[in-house]
Amino acid sequence: MADEPGGPSTVTEDRGPVTTLATPIRLDFNFTPGVAQSRFLMGLADGKFMGQRCSVCSKVYVPSRGSCPTDGVPTIEDVELANVGTITTYCVVNVPFAGQSIEIPYICAQVLLDGANLSFMGLIQEVPTDQIRMGMRVEAVWVDREELSPSLASVRYFRPNGEADADYETFKEYL
Amino acid sequence: MAERCAVIGVGQTHHKAKREDVSIAGLVREAAAMAVADAELGWPDIDAVVIGKAPDMFEGNMMPELYLAPALGAVGKPMIRVHTAGSVGGSTAIVAAHLVASGIHKRVLTVAYEKQSDSDAMWALSVPQPFAAPLLAGAGGYFAPHIRAYMRRSGAPDHIGRMVAVKDRQNALRNPFAHLHLPDISMEMVEESMMLWDPLRYLEACPSSDGAAAMVLAAEDAVSGRFPPAWVHGLAMRSEPTMFAGRDQVNPRAGRDCSADVYSQAGITDPRSQLDVAEVYVPFSWYEPMWLENLGFCELGEGWKLTEAGATAFEGDIPWNTSGGVLSSNPIGASGMLRFLEVAMQVRGQAGEHQVDGARLALGQAYGGGSQFFSMWVVGADRP
Ligand SMILES: [Zn+2]
Repeated sequence: MADEPGGPSTVTEDRGPVTTLATPIRLDFNFTPGVAQSRFLMGLADGKFMGQRCSVCSKVYVPSRGSCPTDGVPTIEDVELANVGTITTYCVVNVPFAGQSIEIPYICAQVLLDGANLSFMGLIQEVPTDQIRMGMRVEAVWVDREELSPSLASVRYFRPNGEADADYETFKEYL
Repeated sequence: MAERCAVIGVGQTHHKAKREDVSIAGLVREAAAMAVADAELGWPDIDAVVIGKAPDMFEGNMMPELYLAPALGAVGKPMIRVHTAGSVGGSTAIVAAHLVASGIHKRVLTVAYEKQSDSDAMWALSVPQPFAAPLLAGAGGYFAPHIRAYMRRSGAPDHIGRMVAVKDRQNALRNPFAHLHLPDISMEMVEESMMLWDPLRYLEACPSSDGAAAMVLAAEDAVSGRFPPAWVHGLAMRSEPTMFAGRDQVNPRAGRDCSADVYSQAGITDPRSQLDVAEVYVPFSWYEPMWLENLGFCELGEGWKLTEAGATAFEGDIPWNTSGGVLSSNPIGASGMLRFLEVAMQVRGQAGEHQVDGARLALGQAYGGGSQFFSMWVVGADRP
């Protein structure tokens, strides 16, 4: 059959056996944040950082996962954090990858918000990549009011706020 | 441990960027068949199989152990899958060793693998989540800031990372199974390579590899094989949360606790002088000095000085990563097991060109995730 003109196969050139097949891959999922992370995400929709304080060790987590990882107790006290913080450490990303939405090179930093006891990863802009420093003071730049949503996408990026750098001694235990 | 346990067979694939000649099943079978043959056994002699790999999302195969059972001679036998991110190769060997030490099985085959060419690990590690900004750009983006913190804390000079990158690639030239064979590797070549995650350059990062590793572990009364057994003197796993206030990401407590446990089991009080060789998970060059400190080979802040002085070089007093390490071959799921396997080869005296003369006691270490999973073992030529 395969040799009949116009039959199911008209391939004349032998390209050898098929050994691999590349197929697109995607992952869609519903995210159920729970009570504590809902507070954090709704805070973002409101243009502010909401964290929680542990009643045992008094550490403030942002975002809070609803319990203190050290003490194992539920965190119930809500705390609103400042819009400013300190870069504890950072790297300059110069790697292209699938799904990347930011132009490289960009600065990816650990930002410790004032009043928080755990840093989180943030994008730093409005500063050349060779002028970034550990200890640099930064502020969050939010999207326009009408674009705020319950996601970190509400924070466009952080940028230097002009304050003097924080002393290494003040943040070294957060590294 | 209740029963003594030993490595009696080892096997690994030739690690490459793309092993297009084999499927995943073919890849794991290649390593496993070599391990079974090295133990001078046949498939029916194996009582159980313990397998590990990195998260299923990497290759997009959910619970791949189910379809790999026939390729590993595991049909009708107990088979266990282990999950601990990048440390999984080590944890998988430890679970297998527990099955022997507890007296449940006599001979256990343990296998770990990754086929990165069938996968997009960078994508799998960068899935968007509403509570985190999509900034990571792979594992390097996660670890580079912690490396910068180490450099700041220890005052280590910039060239230390390059030294490790060169040393491990030179060791790989001795290992025919290693993925990267770069005969011209030099400090200049590393320095001229592209900056990927400043301060990390391309040649200071691990490659992306296809590969598998396998070992046969046996109880004392089931020892066989072409080479003497590598006796397990101590083994442990530890983990810690990825995020807690006061977490030391440069020198994680889980790593310190894990090594303290293993050393205590193996009677080690001074790892640098008592151990003859160590294979440690160093996917980015700077993790050598960081883990030198975490594993107690020196005082805090001094790790880079050992590297700089050549202590960890092949001819040094405590060679690290004689196989070429993760910097030369990185089939992620197998990478931890390759560390455990290399030290077994060293104390069995079967490491060929990368054999350290007189190696009798050696440490294998693996870590994974955001430095929150650790697994380690100490193996020796002498029966414990
Ligand atoms: Zn607490």
